[in-house]
Formats: sequence, C-alpha cells, structure tokens
Amino acid sequence: MRYFLRRLMEAAFLLIGVSILTFLFSTLAPGNYFDEMRLNPQISSETVAALRAQYQLDRPLPVRYVRWVSSLLHGEMGFSFAYNSPVAPLLWVRARNTLLLTLTATFIAWALALPLGVWSAATLHRLPDRSLSWATAALLAIPDLVLALGLLILAVRSGWFPTGGMVSLGSERLTPLQQTRDIALHMELPVVALVLSLLPTLVRHVRGAVADVLHTPFLRAAASHGIPRHTLLYRYALRAAANPLISLFGFSVGALLSGSLLVEVVMSWPGLGPLLLEAILARDLYTVIGGVLCSTIFLIGGNFLADVLLYWADPRIRTAASAQ
Amino acid sequence: MSRRFAWPNMDGRTGTGLLPPTMTPLLQVQDLHVTYTSSAGRVSLALAGLSFDVHRGETLGVLGESGSGKSTLAVALLRLLPENAEVQKGAVLFEGLDLLQAELRTLERIRGRRIALIFQEPSLALHPTIRIGDQIGDVLAAHESLTEGSLRQKTLQLLAEVSCADPARIADSYPHQVSGGQQQRVLIAQAIACGPSLIVADEPTASLDPTTQQEILSLFRKLRRKFNLSLILITHNPALLAGLADRLLVLYGGRAAESGPTERVLASPQHPYTRALLQSMPRQLNGITRRRQSRLPIIPGEAPNLEVLANGCRFETRCAERMELCSKREPAAESVSEGHTVACFKYGG
Amino acid sequence: MEQLLITENLEKRYENAGVLGTKREVWALQGVSFSIGPRSTLALVGESGSGKSTLAFCIACLERPTSGRIVFDGNEITALNEKQLRDMRPQIQLVFQDPARSLNPRFSALEIVCEPLLVQGRFTKQEREKRARALLAQVGIPQETALRRPYEFSGGQRQRLAIARALALEPKLLILDEALSALDCSVQAQIANLLLELQSLLGLTYLFITHDFAMAAHLADEIAVMECGRIVELSATERVLRAPEQEITRRLIAATPGLSAAKLVQEAV
Repeated sequence: MRYFLRRLMEAAFLLIGVSILTFLFSTLAPGNYFDEMRLNPQISSETVAALRAQYQLDRPLPVRYVRWVSSLLHGEMGFSFAYNSPVAPLLWVRARNTLLLTLTATFIAWALALPLGVWSAATLHRLPDRSLSWATAALLAIPDLVLALGLLILAVRSGWFPTGGMVSLGSERLTPLQQTRDIALHMELPVVALVLSLLPTLVRHVRGAVADVLHTPFLRAAASHGIPRHTLLYRYALRAAANPLISLFGFSVGALLSGSLLVEVVMSWPGLGPLLLEAILARDLYTVIGGVLCSTIFLIGGNFLADVLLYWADPRIRTAASAQ
Repeated sequence: MSRRFAWPNMDGRTGTGLLPPTMTPLLQVQDLHVTYTSSAGRVSLALAGLSFDVHRGETLGVLGESGSGKSTLAVALLRLLPENAEVQKGAVLFEGLDLLQAELRTLERIRGRRIALIFQEPSLALHPTIRIGDQIGDVLAAHESLTEGSLRQKTLQLLAEVSCADPARIADSYPHQVSGGQQQRVLIAQAIACGPSLIVADEPTASLDPTTQQEILSLFRKLRRKFNLSLILITHNPALLAGLADRLLVLYGGRAAESGPTERVLASPQHPYTRALLQSMPRQLNGITRRRQSRLPIIPGEAPNLEVLANGCRFETRCAERMELCSKREPAAESVSEGHTVACFKYGG
Repeated sequence: MEQLLITENLEKRYENAGVLGTKREVWALQGVSFSIGPRSTLALVGESGSGKSTLAFCIACLERPTSGRIVFDGNEITALNEKQLRDMRPQIQLVFQDPARSLNPRFSALEIVCEPLLVQGRFTKQEREKRARALLAQVGIPQETALRRPYEFSGGQRQRLAIARALALEPKLLILDEALSALDCSVQAQIANLLLELQSLLGLTYLFITHDFAMAAHLADEIAVMECGRIVELSATERVLRAPEQEITRRLIAATPGLSAAKLVQEAV
C-alpha cells in the first residue's frame, strides 16, 4: 500500500512540474493568438489590446499560472480562443475518441504480438523466426506516414473503407447499434495503421524476452517433468519473461497520444492529435497546455499501470516492496 | 484419509533388496558419446563412450568433478541437452526402450513419470513467479487427470512425504520465500510426484548447510525404501556417497575411470584418479586423520580441456603413475574383482 | 603476544520496515567478542543465518556495527571516520565464495589484480603490471593466461585470481567467506595448500568462514562456532573436536562425514 501511495505522490509532483513547464514554454514562446489579428489593418490596435486584456494575456506570468491552476481545481481548463469555448469539454470529447482508437489498437497489437513473438522465440533462427524477422524489419522500415497514406489510398481506390472521420453524415438518426457499427467501420483503417506501426517493436521485444528465458534452468527442469510444450511456452516461459514486457506495455500506453497523432491527422480521426496540432499552429494557449497535460496524464497513468501490473505479476517485487 | 500412490513398477514387492543380477537392468547406458559445439565452432567431447547399468532398487553414485561430464550425463539421459550439444553415438535403454531414438511423445510420457530428474541449484530450478503448490500440481497434471481438489490434496501429501513442515504454507508460497533446504525438498516432491522408477539427482546437496545436507540424504534413504526407487546420485563429494550408494561410478574426462561396490572403491580405490581424489580430502573417510595444517596431497594441474581430443588416457597428464602406453591408447575397462572394474593400463586393458 | 584483531561485544541490528509502518528488528550479531593472533587462523563455523557473513563485513569495514568495538593492529577502527577508514581498509581484505560473481567479467586477469593498485594511486603503470604479474605467479596462474577473462578460467583458477587480487594491497588479515565451498573436492585441496603456503610466506592472518567443519578442522588453529548471531563456543581446534561443549557443535560435527566415521557406518541402512 505504501508503495502505491508513494508512486501516486510522485505522479502528482510530476504533474505539477509538467504543468509549470508547459505554461512557461508556451507563454514564453514568441507570439500569441492575437498576433494574426494585429497584422490585419482593419482591426485597430486598441481592439487587440482590449481583447488581450479581456483574456488577461497582459497579466504577469505567475498570476496567470495561479489563476489557471485555481480554475483547474474547479474543473475548468481555461478558454480556447480558436474554438471560442472552454477547453475542458473540447478535450474530453477528443480524448475519448483518441482513447477509443488507441486502446483498441494496443489491445489488438499485443494480442497478435504475444503468440507471434513466442512462436519466433520457440523456432529461433529457423525458418518461421527468420521470415517473421524479415517481415518486422520491413514494417519498421516503412515510415508511419507512408503506411497511413497507403491505407488511405487503398480506401479511396477500393471504396471498401470510409476515407476519414469517425462517423458518417447523418449518423445521429441511426439506432445505437447502427451507430456503433458505423464507428467501428470508421475505426478499421486507423486501427490497422496503428497496429502495423506498433506490431514490429512489440514482436521483437516479446521474441527477445522469451528467447532469454527459454534457456533458464527452471524451464529445462519443467521440461524434464514431462510438462507439454505449449504449457512450457505460455505458462512458464511467458510468465517468466513478463517483467520487461509489462514495463513495455506501460510505456506503450504512455505513448498513446504521440503514437496516434500522425494517424489521426492523416485519417481525420477527431482525436487529441489534430486538436493539439491546430492549437499549436494557432497559438491557442490554453488548449495547448490542456492537451499536453492530457498526454502527461496518459504517460503517468501508463507507468502507474505498469507498476501495478508488475506488483501483481511478480511476487518478488511484492516481497521487496513490503520490506521497504 | 490418505490415498496410496499408484506405483506401476512395484512388482508386488515391498523390500529394498537388490534383484539378482540375472534380471535385465532398469537402465542401460551403452557407449554414450556427447559433443558440445561452441559459438566459435570449437567442438568438445563431453562424454566419450560411457557405459553403465542401473538395476532396480539400486543406488548408483556417480562421482565426478567439473569437466567429468556428470551434468551432461544427467540431461542426456532424458534428451534435454541444450541446442549446441549432440549425441554422436550410443544408446540409453530404459526397460528395453532406447530413449535416444524414441518419439517425442513417448519421451514426454516417460519424463517425470518413469524417470525424474532433480536439477542442481534448487533456487534456479523452480519458476520464480509461480506458486510452489502450482509447480508441483503442474507435474501431476502433466501425467494424470485429476480434479482441482485432488491435485491440491496430492500436492500437500507430497510435501508432507518430503518432510516439509507446514505443507499448506509452503504450497502457497513462492520459491524465494522459502529456504534452500525447503526448495530442495520441493524438487524432490516434484520428482516423486508421479511414482517414477528412477530418479537422477544432480548435486542434490550442493548449496546446503551440513545438517540440512544430512536431512536430505536421510530423506533419499527413506523414499527409496518406501517406494523401491532406483537412484542415480551425481556429486563431486565422495563423502556424500558413502553409506548411501550401493555402487560407485567414477567419471573422469567423460569416461568411466572406475566402477564397483561403494565400500570397495572407497576403501581400496584402484584407479590413480580415484586414489588421488580420496587422498586429497582433509578428513579421510576411513577415519585416518592428517596432521593439522599439513599440505594435502593434491592432484596437480587442472581438469582436462575437453576440446582437445586426446589419443590416450584422459588422466595421463596429471597421473603420478603414468607409463609410456598411457598417452598412446585409451585403456579399456578391466575387472579387478567381483563387480569392480577399472580403466587403467596398470590392470591390463 | 599482541592480538592482531580484537572484537568486543559487537552488535549489529537491522531494521525492516513492515507493512503499515511497524518496524521489525533483526539482531544479526549479539555480543560477539573474540580475538585472533597474528599469523594464525581462526575458523568461524555456523549454519546459514548464524551471522557469519555479517561479522565478516563488519570486520572488513563494509558495514558499521550498531555497537561494540573492533581493534585491529592496535587501532580502534570502529572509532575512525570515513577518511581514516579508507586508509585502514587495504589491511583487511575479503575473498568471497563465488569468484564468478566477485570478479569483473570484462577485465582481464591482469587488470583485475592491477585494479586495487590503480585505486591506491601510488604506482606507475609498469610498476603495477610488474607487481600484478608477480602476484599471479605467486598464486599459481600461468603468465600466458594473464590476459584472459575470468570466464575462460576454471573455478579453482578464478579463486586463485580472487586471492591474488586480495593480496595486491599487502593486507595483514584475509577474510575468506566460504571461499572453498563452491569448489570441487580436489580443487579445494589445491587452494587450501595455497593458503597455507601464502600464510607462512607472507605472514598472513586468516579468518576462515565456512560451514565445512572438516576443512575448518584442517586449516584452523582455533574454531569459533556461531549460532543466531552469537559465538557459542570458541577453543583450540583439537579441543573442539575431541570435547565439543555445545549441542550445535556436536550436531555440526556429526553432520560432517569423515569427522565421525563411526556414525557413517550406522547410517548405511
């Protein structure tokens, strides 16, 4: 228990630190939302100044930070100039969409990577392993952008898949079941793109971790007891190789946002990625900060999840933690 | 209410007496040759034509130091050699079936069920993140179909059989939470779980305290008496085999240097290596003590380099009694008395 | 004769923080007092958990005892500060049980023995190498193998290497923590002979920690038996073997084959 409380506290400190840094960098970066307006000769400089005052962009930095934090504690995250609405509801909707996409992709990627990696390790250096290594190397070599665009081209040419977005036009009129089906259809391509970009790294790590474990004394001892091969591979080998894989899983959850940004933008999936991109380009301060904070929460959440899973999966960590 | 284990090889006997030698041995190793190939491509000969028998109910002590091939022997019997090892020649006949040629399915049915292997280093031979009870249960489940309840019951019975205090607690623990002695007992419990006829134990007391060592050895005595087991005990310490093994097989450089009844070999060793080994111990097994802090008579040099294929006797370079002939040919095993054979030119060959 | 090492009432307590803030105390050493004369060997015998290794680490200045005194060569080392301790440490060296784990696998044999000399900073490179080669010769490692890595040596040779490294700083006291336990029987004899030779040649004092009573009886002038962090028996070797006073001593002697050969025959049922 102490172990987790400490981790949570560390996470809270991290969050505070990141928020300060983000605030600092965003505001110190030259320019703000209203710079574009200033270039427009039809808007007087007084209007610009008035707008700035209205949004309190002329107050000193610490004051703005404190106001922002206090509004955060009320559940608001500032105001988006570009969308002319509070940031928080914007973020939640987009974050939800991103999570839907990336969690599905992560789940599918791991579900494929585990058996493939185990098979690779079990047939190390022989034909199945070598062909899988070739395939993963090829996939790794293809840039994510090319992959996503390629899939998009396929969608356009074949007409089998929707070419972007999350829902079809007029989907509000469909029944909930039909709506779900609609979303699922739109998800297919982005998910495929994400899975293909995630898979090679995962397979390689699973292969490496399991191959390391296959030569340990306890695995040979288990084999000497006549335990059948598939039990050896999945119950004994995989469990022993779990630790580095669980850490990897935590990282991959943490990197969800940055991993999916490209795919979301190319495939017009309304997630955090496109929002963040537009906000940065438009100097929409609070949206940027909100988005970065979101991604930090993902990262911390991912690591925390990995810690929890490790604690649950490895009794040696439990013993060490309780001895602290 | 306790359940009796079903021991398929019992023959209806309950005694521990050795079978008359006319019966077929339980295990016959014939001319076994095993090589290892290093990543650099160098080949070393770990076992060079080893042959021996083990009869039912008999305990064979295999005495070997590093480089003698003893651990290779243990894993070779059940075809558990690592990828870079290969059996070049030879046969391992278990109840008439050649294990080296058998199908994998047949072999998996024999492993753990008819022949059990106890590995060195109990802390390494157990899976670190699976509970002990489950690890024993997996062995049972691999060979018998039992319900959850009876798996648990049998597991606790086995732990009690190997004298584990508080079997339930041990069954629910993980290997790193129990002591070295208890880990060794768990390995033994796994070995006897399905009622094997032969148990091969590789250095079963190596990392243990002396009192725990004695407890484990007594446990072996009790179990072999109770279940009429045949044992192969592999160790580098002759003192452990005195009083426990019926016969002794001394390995050197992948070959059998000497073999015979334990007391005879220990009391009057014939092979120069056996003699030198026994003399190098600070306290002699026959009770003769040396002057304290005197220099012990040692075997000069190091264990043989198995990559070099020697033409003659492997022990020749370190032997105090070597002759011209010793570097030219390998000596064959010659009988010096009833059941006692030596591979040395001093006795013919 | 002035004793080289004297310990008085050594105590070492470890604290384990239990769950929910409760603290558990473990007394690894309690009231340990003994002394070793120069050029002699004291064997410390006991089972695992008896505190042997903790005692070794305290004497080697790797751990600080919770209370008690250690006087080495007339200096009270428990009263020294970190800097003074650093000057003291070369005189007490440790040899561990598992040479595979206590030798840096990336260094050659020569580098391993040079390393302590390098840390001391007193010698030039040539002097270091010369000394190192002399030490390797002294422990019986052939000069041609000086550039090999530890994994290329046998277990016995690795232990010789560990001894050479320990001797690099010309210590007065060598603590051998189960140094022979992981070796084959015939190799143990070789290393035991080496230790005896080095002792008479260099005037070393040994603290020989082991659970092998037979080897302890062969090498040591005096034997101390430890149980649960205390020394329960301490006498000259012959006296301990002939007339052991404590139950634990009797049990350890009985458990060592060869020490009581008669018992062995009875067991052969």
